[in-house]
Amino acid sequence: MAVILKTTGLNKVYRLGSFTRSREIRALNDINIHVESDRPVIVSVVGESGSGKTTLAKTLLRLVEPSSGTATIYDNVVAGKGVTKLGRDFLGAVQPIFQNPFEAFSRYRPVDAYLHETATRVAGLDKAQANDAVAEALAAVGLDAVDVRGKYTNQFSGGELQRVSIARALIPKPNLIIADEPVSMIDASRRMIIINLFRKLKEEAGRSFLYITHDLATAYYISDFVAVMSKGTLVEFGPAKEVMSNPQHSYTRLLLDSIPTTRTRWRPRAAKAA
Amino acid sequence: MSDIRDTAVSPADLAASEATPEAKPVRRDRASWLWLLNTRLVLGLIIILIFIVGSFVLPFFAPHDPAQQATYMKNLKITPAHWLGTTALGQDTLWFLIFSIRNSLILGIFVGLGISAISTAIGLSAGYIGGAYERIVMLIVDSFITIPLLPILIILGALIRGNNNFFTIGLIIVIFGWAWNARTIRSMVLSLREREFINMARFSGAGTLAILVREVFPYVSAYLVVGFINTILFAINTEATLAVIGMSKVDVPTLGSIIFWALNYNALFTGNVVWLVAPIVATITLFLGLFLTSTGFNAAFASRRGVA
Amino acid sequence: MIRLNNVVARYTTVRGSINAVDGVTLEIPDGCILGVAGESGCGKSTLMKLIYGDVTSPMSLASGSIEYGFADGKGRAITSDNIRDVWFNRISYIPQSSMNSLNPVVKIGKQFVDFPGSDPDKKRVLAQVREYIGKLGLPAETLDAYPHQLSGGMRQRVMIAMATFFSPDLILADEPTTALDVVVQKDILLLLMDLQEQMGNTILLVSHDMGVHYQVTTRMLIMYAAKAVEYGDSESVFQAPLHPYTRMLISSLPTIGDDRARDGIPGRPPSLWQDLHGCRFADRCPLATARCRAEEPMLVEHKPGHWAACHYAGELADRAEAA
Repeated sequence: MAVILKTTGLNKVYRLGSFTRSREIRALNDINIHVESDRPVIVSVVGESGSGKTTLAKTLLRLVEPSSGTATIYDNVVAGKGVTKLGRDFLGAVQPIFQNPFEAFSRYRPVDAYLHETATRVAGLDKAQANDAVAEALAAVGLDAVDVRGKYTNQFSGGELQRVSIARALIPKPNLIIADEPVSMIDASRRMIIINLFRKLKEEAGRSFLYITHDLATAYYISDFVAVMSKGTLVEFGPAKEVMSNPQHSYTRLLLDSIPTTRTRWRPRAAKAA
Repeated sequence: MSDIRDTAVSPADLAASEATPEAKPVRRDRASWLWLLNTRLVLGLIIILIFIVGSFVLPFFAPHDPAQQATYMKNLKITPAHWLGTTALGQDTLWFLIFSIRNSLILGIFVGLGISAISTAIGLSAGYIGGAYERIVMLIVDSFITIPLLPILIILGALIRGNNNFFTIGLIIVIFGWAWNARTIRSMVLSLREREFINMARFSGAGTLAILVREVFPYVSAYLVVGFINTILFAINTEATLAVIGMSKVDVPTLGSIIFWALNYNALFTGNVVWLVAPIVATITLFLGLFLTSTGFNAAFASRRGVA
Repeated sequence: MIRLNNVVARYTTVRGSINAVDGVTLEIPDGCILGVAGESGCGKSTLMKLIYGDVTSPMSLASGSIEYGFADGKGRAITSDNIRDVWFNRISYIPQSSMNSLNPVVKIGKQFVDFPGSDPDKKRVLAQVREYIGKLGLPAETLDAYPHQLSGGMRQRVMIAMATFFSPDLILADEPTTALDVVVQKDILLLLMDLQEQMGNTILLVSHDMGVHYQVTTRMLIMYAAKAVEYGDSESVFQAPLHPYTRMLISSLPTIGDDRARDGIPGRPPSLWQDLHGCRFADRCPLATARCRAEEPMLVEHKPGHWAACHYAGELADRAEAA
């Protein structure tokens, strides 16, 4: 069984204020996660704003350094003691998908430039191989390389751009793709296209995903495991179906209770004359 | 694969259909520079173009070295032979003016390039690299900013009076003028550094230099254009101010030195008003052209920012 | 009863003009909570602005009119021409971002008191406000606070308090809970529903979240590409949607506990810059026929109180009933 993700005592404390009067904010409070599996998995980290889920993603992507603790993704130590050098090894193992697809690319560069760069610099391919890899990755997300070539961010819709972003993350064949709120800026009716894509990529391409979101419904839909965070603390963790149907922690219960579903009403509808 | 593929739509529709009505329509013809042109910019560019072409091309047709004194009769009025009359030193005013404009422009462009290059390099690196490097660099930058340029130049001018090489002045202006722009660029980079596409570039394997050049630079380029033009204005102005008070190498014809000589020889009292007024009008017009171009670019870039 | 008579909202730009709302005719009965749903660019926000009377260049009410069914203090009937006169009195607006709507350097209490046309006796108004916000679950100290000192949920309650203080007949809420946490969202929505029950006014709620619509609304309006494609009683629209787009919209949303396969709607709405003929959903509709592409379907009452703009809505409704 491969250890896909393991964090031990992960802490992140921000200090706000001046020398004399400062305030501590515990963005991550002793996070211990252990995910082991033979097959690729999708782990969701759900929580509201301020829960620390984005900080966790940034820590695992090494955009933020933890105050203490360690984290490992497959064989890569990404935080804490013995951290692997920030280079091709790390970039080839962990790749991100960001929330805002329009911000994820410079508007002065054609988006496929990033894909080619990833292919040559991270995956180490030569030019011909890179072209193939880019076309293959784009095909895997349902886009034609011809339609993407030479175009800039404002020539795409949000959903398409996010798919380009996913394609780029696929190129170096990473062990784990960390997606930080990948669909929250996409129109609700088109979110499932991306979510279904994650599932397809897990099953067919064998990629594991860490899916950070505040939307429990989509998390439920594709996750194997769910981690619930609140105010920097991990309050519940377990197989997705179990956590959603039989939540142990009161916060998880509160969260599930508050979601407006289209199945049961909070208030029974009195028969009103139209 | 085909079930998640979007139907093929033309690029214009792709952009427009996703846009809410409030968003401005996207112009996808990047080759066309039409979006740049607004009245201000066109007017400014025309003025500058006239000055540049006039002052760089016409000197080839000058009959004599205009700085040479006693070439003609002194203080002549406007005649067909001398379109702006002559100076009290026996020089043709018009030719002297043309050469002055050329020299001022050369100085301005030289200083503009120098300041732009230095401030860009320092601002970009300090803003992006951060850490101790940034702190040390910004300490130096702030020190330079607080040093007032004009008093320094006056002191230096007084110290090495007369032996001033014309380009020494330019060099000094560069040395004391780069700091302000560097600070502005560094601020821009600080905010750019937090943006998502920088992280994307890092995860695409780009190194620091590649990120600075390919990701960050395009976003500051608009400011650089405007900054460059403003620097030209600043440089010409500073040199002219120095020349008028006699601190510069007044043998070399520049806009400032004409005014210096005209004042020194009491042009107003001797009735040779043209000698004084012509360079002033030329200076004002040149500055107007530079100002219009600078704000015109600014307006054009700002209007583009609303798009995409 | 609010009547929209073939309203067309036009944006005029350098490049040309588009109709962000292209001929919407509706009757909205008093006392209902109407949810307006549709993807981004469908025109729902523009429709809100139109109804609120916030029509400034480059937007204009190109044709059509709105009758509000209530009168101002002097007994004049309110229409789209004079709706601005009764802002906050008869009609009010709850925006999405409270932080963008409250003056960050002015205390909350002062912002309440600053309404035009309100009682010149500031002390009395403040006392009334203090009492009122207590009913909304806000402590009295809120009035002495600055916006940034309050949480997002509290600020939105302040916005709701401002919007409902004068008991207006019509309240427009544009994504009022989108920026809030899901737990706070539930509280705010329940508050809105309580207030509506007490005051009996009409609420127009724009949201991208169909779950919110299901919980809160009594009527639903679905918009697509500047047109109204479905309109009717919420229960009816959710249980038996008549328009294919509505059906696909509802089925594109995952629900916890529901393991059925979900699909996003592929494709994109047509560009409003083109000349559009026929049904605007035809390109993405699995049921589209030649008639759909040639002839634009009108909003027709296929079932009592339930309108849909689709040539085949009637058939599909019959088929669904038979099933």
